[in-house]
Amino acid sequence: MSEGDALSDLYQELVLEHKRSPRNFGTMESPTHEARGTNPQCGDDVKVQLRIDGDRIEDIRFTGSGCAICIASTSMMTQAVKKGDVASAMALQERFRDVMTGKLETADADLGKLASFSGVRRYPSRIKCVLLGWHALGHAINDATGDDNGGTSA
Amino acid sequence: MNEASLRDRHDAETPPYPVETIRTQFPILARKIRGRPLVYLDNAATTQVPTAVLDAVREFESTTRANIHRGVHTLSQESTDAFERARERLAGFLGLGDQHGLVFTSGTTEALNTVAYGLSAGDGVPASLGPGDEIVVTGLEHHANLIPWQRAARRSGATLRVLVPDTDGRVHLDGLASILGPRTRVFALTACANATGYRPPYETMLRMASEAGALTVLDAAQAVSHETLDLAALACDFMAFSSHKMYGPMGIGGLAGRLAALERLSPLRLGGDMVDWVSLEDAAFAPLPSRLEGGTQNVAGAVGMATAARYIDEIGRPRIDTHVRRLRARAAEGLARIDGIRVLNPDSADSAIVAFIAREVHPHDIGTLLDERGIAVRTGHHCAMPLIERLGGGPTTRASFAAYNTDEEADRLVEAVAAALKVLA
Repeated sequence: MSEGDALSDLYQELVLEHKRSPRNFGTMESPTHEARGTNPQCGDDVKVQLRIDGDRIEDIRFTGSGCAICIASTSMMTQAVKKGDVASAMALQERFRDVMTGKLETADADLGKLASFSGVRRYPSRIKCVLLGWHALGHAINDATGDDNGGTSA
Repeated sequence: MNEASLRDRHDAETPPYPVETIRTQFPILARKIRGRPLVYLDNAATTQVPTAVLDAVREFESTTRANIHRGVHTLSQESTDAFERARERLAGFLGLGDQHGLVFTSGTTEALNTVAYGLSAGDGVPASLGPGDEIVVTGLEHHANLIPWQRAARRSGATLRVLVPDTDGRVHLDGLASILGPRTRVFALTACANATGYRPPYETMLRMASEAGALTVLDAAQAVSHETLDLAALACDFMAFSSHKMYGPMGIGGLAGRLAALERLSPLRLGGDMVDWVSLEDAAFAPLPSRLEGGTQNVAGAVGMATAARYIDEIGRPRIDTHVRRLRARAAEGLARIDGIRVLNPDSADSAIVAFIAREVHPHDIGTLLDERGIAVRTGHHCAMPLIERLGGGPTTRASFAAYNTDEEADRLVEAVAAALKVLA
């Protein structure tokens, strides 16, 4: 049945589980970096906060509201980059984005559990959703001042 | 179903609504989406086009196409005639009297911008808006009936005042009475809130504003395909509408209004065909309607829109109106029975639109799972962010019905939403 396609492509159990219980959800006292991503088309709005010590991401939190794809993707992103180094986080962000935009095959991207999102590529209207938190991560890290740069329309 | 059983189900004097015949007149309804028959419930965004309209556009483009009001050659004259016949037909469709005029625009958005700019620019005619004046809009409006007024206020020094809806998304006559005053120059509202399907008491509200001395503006985009709009019976100076929401082509619509009000508009578009004479230093604008129709017009679009108006009246607006309201009520009832669904304006019995919010489930996820079943709905803010914020609960899912939708489709919507929630909640 066609509904099964969306279920196996988009709404895998792991994705739905993260949507229901997002990890690292909440706000952080005194983040060193933060950024917000918004999608005015649908109202998705996530804010990512980081505490970076040297080149290491000591902590990461996010808040906001959005669709299942957006929330689950951001939740799994925080798990993947927490306690890792900044360069690895940025490299992962780039590979994830390249997979979603069709520049890189999932098999070549070493995404681990994040490969659950590879089906999103078949739903062009949802690619913004899956990348929103990742764009906010990139903006937070690249924004040396740590100010909220707002309006990251992914 | 045979004729006898049809007769059993309907009063003898009321023939059954011919939905199956109507469906055969819309070629796109034969499409399959992801292997399922298309269930098109995004009619508030754009309705589909019947063969009669497609044929009229093709006929015009194949036999008559030329630029209008320009050449002495036969095609130019015939094209001009076709354009003006379309204007006459639409004037009849909308109940225009001798005191009214109709200007073609690209759609409702351009029509509303034409009014808001035209009253505030003060170029060619004196600006109707200035410091100390007040513009009143409602919190129900599509962005196209809000943002142009924000700019008109900034440009002219007038004050923008908003009739705020209650938390159920309704506006009230006493609220309007308290906001109208001697400084009110313009009152603009929708005939039906596109985000919720709520129909304000616009007839009374227009009259109140008109009696207070304001110019009145009605956004009729969501009403024009099924409500009988009789401009001569409304206290309405300007009425905006779009072809693509009434079974016509995209990129064409109109601004109907009182001639005396249309005369007060500075033209939004300057250029060819809207002037009496031009020198290197100056120009004099042509009379209405040409003054407000600068540049080459969408003549095939006008022909198509006029054919769409005739198509609607062949079925009959009261019948279409009854049909879409019934489908709306059927869907609203079914959706309200689903645990976790809040239907907005559940009692709006006079609308073709039903919008809802699902607890804990984002509309984009619902929309994707509905699309898997071939069901097209709109999700998000519906270009009405202030209203969505006022209602609380975030973005919504909206289904909207047209002449060709069926009971079965309304039921499939309800089933599909229930199934989506089972997966996602």
